[in-house]
Parts: sequence; C-alpha cells; structure tokens
Amino acid sequence: MNSKIKIAIASGKGGTGKTFISINLFNALQKSGTKVNLVDCDAEEPNDREFIAGEFQQSFDVTQKVPVIDESKCIYCGKCYEYCNYNAIFFLAEPQMIRVLEDHCHGCGACSVACEYGAITEKDDLLGTVAIYKVQQNSNLIEARMKVGVHSPVPVIKEAVKSAADADVILLDSPPGTSCPFIQTVATADYVVLVTEPTPFGLSDLRQSVDTLRSMGKNCGVIVNRAGLGNDEVFDYLKKENISLLMSVPFDKSIAMTYSNGKLISNETPEWEKKFSQLFNIILQENGSSSY
Amino acid sequence: MEVAVISGKGGTGKSSISAAFATMQPNVVLADCDVDAANLYILFNPTHEKEEVFVSVYKAVIDKDSCTNCGLCIDYCRFDAIHDVDGEVLIDETACDGCKLCSRICPSESISMIPEDKSRMYAGTFRNGKMVYGRLSPGEENSGRLVDMVREEAKIIAKENHFETIIIDGPPGIGCPVISTITGVNKVVIVTEPTLSGLHDLKRTVEVVSKFKLSKSVIINKYDLNADMANTIEDYCNSQDVKVIAKIPFDKVVVDAMVNCKSVIEFAPDSEIAGLLREAYQKLSEN
Repeated sequence: MNSKIKIAIASGKGGTGKTFISINLFNALQKSGTKVNLVDCDAEEPNDREFIAGEFQQSFDVTQKVPVIDESKCIYCGKCYEYCNYNAIFFLAEPQMIRVLEDHCHGCGACSVACEYGAITEKDDLLGTVAIYKVQQNSNLIEARMKVGVHSPVPVIKEAVKSAADADVILLDSPPGTSCPFIQTVATADYVVLVTEPTPFGLSDLRQSVDTLRSMGKNCGVIVNRAGLGNDEVFDYLKKENISLLMSVPFDKSIAMTYSNGKLISNETPEWEKKFSQLFNIILQENGSSSY
Repeated sequence: MEVAVISGKGGTGKSSISAAFATMQPNVVLADCDVDAANLYILFNPTHEKEEVFVSVYKAVIDKDSCTNCGLCIDYCRFDAIHDVDGEVLIDETACDGCKLCSRICPSESISMIPEDKSRMYAGTFRNGKMVYGRLSPGEENSGRLVDMVREEAKIIAKENHFETIIIDGPPGIGCPVISTITGVNKVVIVTEPTLSGLHDLKRTVEVVSKFKLSKSVIINKYDLNADMANTIEDYCNSQDVKVIAKIPFDKVVVDAMVNCKSVIEFAPDSEIAGLLREAYQKLSEN
C-alpha cells in the first residue's frame, strides 16, 4: 500500500448492509496490518461500535452557537428576526415579545450581526460527540454520535471525518439517503461503494444514488447484498450503465445470524476474510482506472 | 386517525408494513414521507393530479464581475463554505447552509441567493385511496419542511374526501425529517429487526418519540432470524411500557409482493404475515 485512499460506503435505501460491509472491510484490513480508520458517519444511528471492540482514546463535543437575547437591551426592532433565515427567532412587535427557538437555529450568527444594540450574545449548544477508539496499533474507529433531539447530524459528521485524516485507508460508513448528511460524507471520498439489494425499492434508490454521485463527479461501484432474494433487474441495470459489480453477498440465514449477534463474518470464516481483502483490492483497481 | 410508521434503522420493513396498512381498508390517504428515498409510488403507481415545487434552500452565488475578493464573507461564514483559492473568493455549494449572511454583509453586493427548486411534492389517486409523496432533489437539505408539506397536503385531501385514515411512511434515523413525521400524529409504529443494531437504534427512536409524548408501539420484523435477540427486544419494550403489536417471521412472500408491485395484503391475503399485520392494525386502532 503506497497510496492513501478514502472510501465511502453508502446506499440510498436504508438497511441494505452499509455497516455490514464497512465493519468487515475494516476488520479484514486492520488484521492484515493496514493503517486504516473507520468513521461511523451515521450519526443519527451509529452502530459500528456494536461490532468492533476498541480502547477508548478520547472524545470531544461538537457544538454550535445559539443566540441569547438580553431583553433589557432589546428595543424590539425586529432586525434579528428579519435576518434569521431559519425561523429560529419568534418576534411580535405588538405586544412586544421575542424568543429564540433553539431547535430551529443553525448557528449562522446572522442575528448577532443584525443586532445594533448589543442585546444578542451567544452560548454553546451541544449537537453531539465524536469519540475515537483504538482497535489496533495504527487503526481507529471514530464514531460520530448526534445528540437525541438534535435536527441535523451534519456538523457532527463533518468533525468526525476531519479527525480521521491520519491513516492510509479511511473508510466512511455513510448515513442512508441522498440528502445533506450523505453528501457531506461522500464529498471528500475518492471512491464510493454503493450497497444495494435486488428489490424494486433497492434499485430505485440505487439509481438515485448513482445519479447524485455522477453529478458530483464521484467514481463508484456497487455491492449487491442478499442476492437471491427479489429479482435480477439490478444486475441488468449495472450492465446497462456500465457500473462495476464489486461483490455479491448471497442471502444466507447464517450471515444474517452472525450479524444480528454483533459478530463479524470476516472473523468467523477465513473465506469471508479473504473476500473482504479481495474487495479492497478490487476497489483500488477500480479507483485507479476511474472511468468517468 | 393518523398513523406514522418509522424505524431508527433503515431497511427494517417500514415501507412494506405501511403499504400493508394502506391496503386493509378502502379510502385511505397514504403519505410517503421518506422524501429522501420515496418508494411507495413504485407499488401503487398513483396518478399525478398535483405537483408542487418545494424550495429546500437558497444557495449563495458570487457575481465574479463585481466581487473585489475582499474576503469579508469568508470571515463571517460559519459553515466553512467560502474559501480564498489563489486570491479568488469561491463558495463551496455543498457546504453552504443558505443562511444569507454573506449576501447581507458583502460591501460590493456581489452575493445573491439562488433558490434550489428541483424538489417536488406530488399528490394523486391510487387503487385504495389518495396518495401524497415528496421527492427531495439529491443533496438537498431541509427535508423536514418537505415532510411538513406532504403531511399538510395529506390532511387537506383527507378532509376534502372525508377519509378518516392517514398512513404515513416515515424516513429512517431520528433527525429533522423524523421529528416532522411524528409531530402531532395519533399513533407511532416503530418497526425494528432482531439485530444488535436494530435494538440500539430502537432505543434511540423510543427516546425521540417519548420526547413528544406520543402513543407508540413496536413491530419486530423478521423476528425468527434471531429469536433470542427478538426476545431481548421484547424485554426492552416491556421495560419501557411499549407494546409489541406484532412479531413477524421472515418470509420471502414480502419481497415477492414488492417485486409484483403489490402490498403483502394484496399479494398474499391468506398468508400468515397478512393475518399478523391485520391483527397488529386492529390492536393499534384499539389502543
């Protein structure tokens, strides 16, 4: 291994097996001595740590600034209300009333800039935490965990990805969907692995993911999980769109059982450890021969 | 009655169960609020009677001709979205949150806000009633507001047509779109699966739903893939006073129904799963 690579593991549809692929790929790589960091970017529902034991190293809070209005200084001019693009300030001119709706605030600071009377100061509001766990000498698991009740996982994801910088291989276990949390995760990746299942729902969401990644100029390949269920349309689609099928994981109750108990198939059977090592080599080749 | 079907973890079977609930009785409004990955239209192929543009966010754009590259906007931006690249001020569209502050403070008034207007809300008729769904254009934010729009439309349609039942298929996770999905509904059904991840995500989801003091029940889907874990989940639910209204076994008939563009109630009305889901819905109505 001489080149650094950042790989995002993603899927439009939830529950297709992103975490299954991420943790097993990570496990196979760290066992072979590769310096690899796995970042659990599914900050709303992080799960990687259920499968991977690591020694806690450090954690830090991710916060955002929210305004505090000093009503003794406020003249109820309404300028902060006008500046806020997120409806996070509730304001009435008559009768005079002003409140901060912290849940809606994005911490942009516009209200502070708007206020000419020094009535707005800011305090830190906790959005979540990033925790780092040492798995092997040079391999870490980094978990982004959004606080329950917070609206967006994006700031926590951004900080977690930043803190993973120091490794030869960085794996990003992405949140589902194709909206902002997904984009933030894949934005810095060199290569994206899309995990899907051979069902109409899986295919529909895969198409959307592929279209999104193409518009971002990202190189991607596909893993079909639970092959054998559903139908063959996804394979036809991959052929037609000239997208590489990186791996096919059969639907198998014993694989499902291993996963459901929080165990790694790449530890349970040498065959699967080898398959995940091969998967990494395939990704390296695919990334080297970037086709668009 | 407004029923929201959610799950912290993705892929537990929300949509298949929502589809089943929506085909047990006629005159239902089905709202697909998984606007990030709307799928139910595949099963129900609704007509397009209404289409509305949803503006998710405004993105800042710099007019290169008048920009003096003074960099003031870089200092003000809290989203790390504006950078000086070799003396030229550039906006990273992905990182821009649309707060408009840069546009307000720019001395040369070179920054304007352009609406992202590719997202849509659709409403129409399907074989068992009316359907509303949202499609968030990739990469866009504020899906909670699109969820609000879909639910608002569903309520209007229900009222106009005198339909009493609204079934909402929710998004995965516990963030903004989920909160929008459950706010003010009568019943929340959380679909989980017997895996360690499923249990972990269920706990976080129960925590969110509890914050809103909503009536909640749980369906354990594919429970026989790990019966021990299903029992652990059931114990957890009991300890939280959350009712488990169904334990559904794994059966390929659910996938086959989907492949045939039908709900499991329509495709295999006499199957064990169809019976269990009818029972679950009955319990939900009684609770």
